[in-house]
Amino acid sequence: MAVDEQVLYSVKNVKKHFPVKGGLLQRVKSHVKAVDGITLDIYKGETLGVVGESGCGKSTLGRTILGLESLTEGELVFNGNNISKYSARQLKPFKKEMQMIFQDPYASLNPKQRIGDALEEALIIHTQLSAQKRREKVIQLLNEVGLKEEHYERYPHEFSGGQRQRIGIARAISINPSFIVCDEPVSALDVSVQAQVIKLLKDLQEKHALTYLFVSHDLGVVRHLCNRVLVMYLGQMVELAPVEKLYENPTHPYTEALLSAIPRPAVGRKRERIRLTGDLPSPSDPPTGCPFHTRCPIAKDHCATEKPVWREIDAGHFIACHER
Amino acid sequence: MKDSVLEVKNLVTKFKSADGLLPAVRGASFSVKKGETLCIVGESGCGKSITALSIMGLLPSNGSITEGSISFNNKNLASMSPKEMQKLRGNDVSMIFQEPMTALNPVFTVGFQIREPLMIHQKLSKKQAHARGIELLKMVGIPSPAERMNQFPHELSGGMRQRVMIAIALSCNPSLLIADEPTTALDVTIQAQIIDLLNDLKEELDMSMIMITHDMGVVAEIADRVIVMYAGEVIEEGRVEEIFENPQHPYTKGLLSSVPNVDDPDFELKPIAGSMPMLNEKISGCRFHPRCPHAFDKCFSDSPKTFSVTDKQNVRCWLQEEVGQNGGRRASSL
Repeated sequence: MAVDEQVLYSVKNVKKHFPVKGGLLQRVKSHVKAVDGITLDIYKGETLGVVGESGCGKSTLGRTILGLESLTEGELVFNGNNISKYSARQLKPFKKEMQMIFQDPYASLNPKQRIGDALEEALIIHTQLSAQKRREKVIQLLNEVGLKEEHYERYPHEFSGGQRQRIGIARAISINPSFIVCDEPVSALDVSVQAQVIKLLKDLQEKHALTYLFVSHDLGVVRHLCNRVLVMYLGQMVELAPVEKLYENPTHPYTEALLSAIPRPAVGRKRERIRLTGDLPSPSDPPTGCPFHTRCPIAKDHCATEKPVWREIDAGHFIACHER
Repeated sequence: MKDSVLEVKNLVTKFKSADGLLPAVRGASFSVKKGETLCIVGESGCGKSITALSIMGLLPSNGSITEGSISFNNKNLASMSPKEMQKLRGNDVSMIFQEPMTALNPVFTVGFQIREPLMIHQKLSKKQAHARGIELLKMVGIPSPAERMNQFPHELSGGMRQRVMIAIALSCNPSLLIADEPTTALDVTIQAQIIDLLNDLKEELDMSMIMITHDMGVVAEIADRVIVMYAGEVIEEGRVEEIFENPQHPYTKGLLSSVPNVDDPDFELKPIAGSMPMLNEKISGCRFHPRCPHAFDKCFSDSPKTFSVTDKQNVRCWLQEEVGQNGGRRASSL
């Protein structure tokens, strides 16, 4: 994975708020701030991991970047084009460049559609290939993700979870995109199958020079696959660093706690865990100041009132914390 | 073994289906000692949850125990009537499930559900049960327990719900607790809290525990002994140190090298090829041989015997027989 410093996708102060309706007239009462001000550059050829607990907005971020959710605020710049206000027609050539792999491969496949047809669909929309050429291309895709030609005629229920995820991957790469959002692509799979799919994602990235945004809660997988990692908490950026720096030298207290909470598959070494008390606050009513101050072991008075600034503490290593 | 709380011998559980009787558990044998935590590890479809449900007598209506015995404190659970099982369940043996929202009843308050077992099994009055319920919620680390008693499950977060489940499971001081993937649906920081809680409570109450999980990290945190299941069979068992430091079965090794290590940047993933066989798949010889990188002639034809590696570690694999013949243990880099 050669990462050059060329920016592929620039995300500027992106916000996505979902209205919460209630009362007799179903008026908008408040907003769930799922993504609340994310600014990022995604470099060509890299794998950028996005980690955090459920409800931190990592999946919404992925969907918003792909245009699957409308923007509340902010700008999306893909390859130098500001696409945030484009119409559907203007967006079409860009959609060809961006694809997504979903968490649950069964829910993302039409149960009444044969696999071959499912894979062909994107080719019909985005290319001018003849039916014969499309079939050849689909079979080539099946082979590429480790499936066989005979699978062309089959239906989704005839496949195991790992095979379905391979189909999801084949569909995502069918029109040669340059950027793929992987939304927890391996978390629904068994460990032995999970390792196969991770390997496949790595091989495809090398072969097709893909850029991944890898959304996951599994910090082991992220370390193995990613070049840089963004840690999110309640829709906000907490820490962003190259993978080695983040794991060897986590600086934000939330990142520290997250890393120390992972159960290690090794015996004998008893580590002292940083115990976080309490749960994630509700994103519709986030705490004032630093979003993490309610659970932070080193919080001071001003953390509750002042929002920490996003600053660079080392080359490429950013955090938002008053105390570190 | 005198001090074992539970002894399962040659358990076979089969399911009726359109293709006939399909075995989900094929002759599993293991025991749990007093105060011990046994982890059952394996991937989905290996029969680990069905083993637990067989012990609890909670098999779905198309499943039944066809062979073997389950002896719990010298009573055979496999031959007990449903009524006798009901007395035992929740009182002497209890269970925590993976998804606390589906295991709790959404239309009753937390208080109602925690009082229920106390009033049925311990014959407490409602008032006494209420007071004990508050104590239990406090024990599992729920803040302001008295108010929580009047709340409904949907008002609690995932971690809190799992704590309530644990409180209900522990309400009658069971001597055996079965936990089926209790932390899988939770976030890592919450998972860490629940694992710590289970470890502390086990010490405090001196009970035995069977923990079912697919996460090798969780196993290392909590287990005393481990059994690894594959396609309905126990393929390896041993003390937790033995399983992690000197795994013998190729599947156990495969599982351990399929999990990316968080602490090691150069960790090399070595996936196991293929996937878990279906229940109705007929596989001759060793059930792992189609995926095994070391399979040889014998593996294709004969079902492997169990070989002892140490006094605690046993493996069902023909590779071990060769070890015996060569008069020494093979290198662990198999």
